[in-house]
Amino acid sequence: MQRWRQASLIASALVLGLPLMVIVWSLLELLFGGDFSTLSHLWQTVIPEYVRHSLLLMAGVTVGVIVLGVSTAWLTTSCRFPGQRFLSWALLLPLAMPAYITAYTYTGMLDYGGPVQQSLREWFGWSYGDYWFPQIRSLGGAIAVLSLVLFPYVYLITRATFIQQSATTLEAGRSLGLTPWQCFLRIALPLARPAIVTGTTLALMETLADYGTVQYFGVTTFTTGIFRTWYGLGDLYGALQLAGLLLLAVITLILIERWSRRQARYDQRNPRPATPFELRGGKAWLASVVCWLPLIFGFILPAMQLASWSIERWQVWTDPTFWNLTWNSFSLAMVAALLVVLVALWLAYGRRQLPNRWIRTSVAFAGLGYAIPGLVIAVGLLVLLTAADHVIIDISKAWFDWNPGLLLSGTLFALLFAYAVRFLSVALQTLQAGLAEIRPSMDEAARIHGYKPLQVLRMIHLPLLRPSVLTALILVGVDVLKELPATLVLRPFDFNTLAVRAYEMAGDERLADAGPPALMMVMVGLIPVILLSRAMLKSQQNALKEQDFVPVTA
Amino acid sequence: MRLPKMQKLFSIATVTLALSASLANAATINVYSARKEALIKPVLEQFSEKTGIDVRLLTGNGDALLARLQHEGENSPADLFLTVDAGNLHRAAEAGIFQPITSTDVLNKVPAHLHGVDNLWVGLSLRARPIFYAKGKVDPSELNGYEDLASEKWANNVCIRSSDNIYNQSLTAALISHWGEEKTEQWAKGLVGNLAKPPVGGDRDQIKAVAAGVCDIAVANTYYLGLMEASDDAAEREAASKVSIFWPNQDSFGTHVNVSGIGLTQHAKHKDAAQQLIAYLLSEEAQLWYAATNNEYPAVTDVEWSERLQNWGEFQMDDIDMRVLGENNAAAVKLMNRAGWR
Repeated sequence: MQRWRQASLIASALVLGLPLMVIVWSLLELLFGGDFSTLSHLWQTVIPEYVRHSLLLMAGVTVGVIVLGVSTAWLTTSCRFPGQRFLSWALLLPLAMPAYITAYTYTGMLDYGGPVQQSLREWFGWSYGDYWFPQIRSLGGAIAVLSLVLFPYVYLITRATFIQQSATTLEAGRSLGLTPWQCFLRIALPLARPAIVTGTTLALMETLADYGTVQYFGVTTFTTGIFRTWYGLGDLYGALQLAGLLLLAVITLILIERWSRRQARYDQRNPRPATPFELRGGKAWLASVVCWLPLIFGFILPAMQLASWSIERWQVWTDPTFWNLTWNSFSLAMVAALLVVLVALWLAYGRRQLPNRWIRTSVAFAGLGYAIPGLVIAVGLLVLLTAADHVIIDISKAWFDWNPGLLLSGTLFALLFAYAVRFLSVALQTLQAGLAEIRPSMDEAARIHGYKPLQVLRMIHLPLLRPSVLTALILVGVDVLKELPATLVLRPFDFNTLAVRAYEMAGDERLADAGPPALMMVMVGLIPVILLSRAMLKSQQNALKEQDFVPVTA
Repeated sequence: MRLPKMQKLFSIATVTLALSASLANAATINVYSARKEALIKPVLEQFSEKTGIDVRLLTGNGDALLARLQHEGENSPADLFLTVDAGNLHRAAEAGIFQPITSTDVLNKVPAHLHGVDNLWVGLSLRARPIFYAKGKVDPSELNGYEDLASEKWANNVCIRSSDNIYNQSLTAALISHWGEEKTEQWAKGLVGNLAKPPVGGDRDQIKAVAAGVCDIAVANTYYLGLMEASDDAAEREAASKVSIFWPNQDSFGTHVNVSGIGLTQHAKHKDAAQQLIAYLLSEEAQLWYAATNNEYPAVTDVEWSERLQNWGEFQMDDIDMRVLGENNAAAVKLMNRAGWR
């Protein structure tokens, strides 16, 4: 029984890892007498620059998301100041913005032809070159945009930890004379380290996989290099080899993260939340400003730009095909989110129940897809699914004399599979973080009382996991909504999404025409994000109400 | 347990979807198109209206669609593959994706240099890539050809987009064929040294950069200027009014043009209907439509140019064999890598 379950877990992890295997395979092929000519040319010319840019981008985004995410998470959980309640959910809104869309809007606003520089020139009678203005399409611009869009991952996960941090620990600190600031630095921050690391890892994986933003900003990174090798040199296998190197880099990143956590366990005994600090006067203002800035730059300004483009193109809103796109995007995101979270639940739970090395490794491997550009995953899947289709068609022709067509690669199945590979990690990390909060002693106590593993899942884990499941559903749903490259390659005939439409318009430099689909995508994405925020707020209020509740300690 | 139930539901849904896809009308042709939906769908709809043949469309990046075609092999539903550059047409032909077009109706309309080897594809429209200059600031008599982009006279004064872009790759591929690899690499290095700003943004951005005074000359495809001239944004129209087109290399090989073309797939299941569609895409009506909506030059020689195209003036096109662009593409990218053209 145990054997069988273990085998089925490993098998499902491996199925999800299959597209990655294609990449690993191309790397192995290279090692065993493959063709080095493309790689050696790239190595001599552009790879050093790709690596340098990718590293700088990652370093910048790390600093950016941690500064923005942790400061806002701490202020909105542990302090009270005007607007705090609104901000505590509004800070999730940038999640609904696809990074490349934010990049389009800032370019529209800040480029030399944009309204800001134009008005500057008109007011002061300058012409180009008379004044200095930061170049938005640059490495710095890419760091800023990605940080603004990705910091909610850190905010969300860190905030959950701050809420759950035991009051006694913080109050002990306060009674020993620590100021709020010292409480933060010396107690809350070190305790939240695993959450910060998890959030940052998600942000970094997304950064590594990002193509839209860096390509639009003309920043050459490892990912743009993969595409250039494929599209420019016409060398798909060279591109897959580069993707293999990227995969190695990601594995290293994850190992570093694991190593930094090592054996430490962070579950705390008493989940009674601490009483917040009341901020007044200048301090309250300062806290407000610190929280408003990321919201304004990460959401409000870009959304206003999209709205102004959409008003210019108001006719589109009466077009039925446009609403059809909206429905496609929305339903696809819902189905994909359900599917991915179910799979992630199965894997995360199995990994917890049967914590042996084989399962851990295969589950971790299946989660790597998040850092691989969607297009590379799509190619891996294309190779596999078309091969499977050919077999199905041959069998069906031989047995039934009937050609069913491309059942796997030519239908939505391919898309859903791609999303599962790409976004499994988001769901997995969220669920594992949730599971880690449930003390192992609870499992043990339940097992001692004779509960079967499935009963433990239903009666203890699921109620406690509900917030994490919801979070995972929403994060995956929003990610699918924004997903572009894999959708572009794997979608069936006459099936378009909002992301595809926005991209096609922006690709032709028709930014105003990209406005309505982009705005719609953001608005559809807002619904789940607001749901998520409300759930988060509610769980916090419940926790506050239950202040006197003293759980039975094991 | 709930999981198997969900899986079952899900697989039923998939199969139903697949069935509904494969039982579709017999009078349907399937097109993979690297041309964006907005720039092809209206013509396809006109065709369906005229002939009663339905057309299903899948758009995407040329190379990605090509990879899909290759892996789908004989089971691919695609009858036609449409691309927007010679490089992809060449790659598709090399990969054995196409079969020769036999319809004389199609072949007679398009000049020979716009045919693939063995008539594996034909051109549909042409996209010219000349030099743009700042009106009033630059005297066009100072300009000569693409050589100028690398000349010291224009140091710090040239704008062009990234070499990731297929149009720059095709331009460089053409220059390799005219000048040889060594001279072209020198040229690319000179060009990179002359750049007024990093090669970021699209073609439209390069034109706007000239209008804003960032640089005096730039390279871009003409239809972007057309889109700007016809824009409902006053700022775009004003920017467009500040630049002019210079047709380079009129005394030598001519101005570089790229081709948007189409081929019949090896395993096409609706061969006749598909060739009918190609013929329609070459009809006067469709050829005029490209010019009107996207300011592209017709591939069929006796079709009259739109008013805007006429205003930009007649010029000598580089009538290099389009296959060369495809053959030299990888060499061009490597050369640009060496020259440091991002």
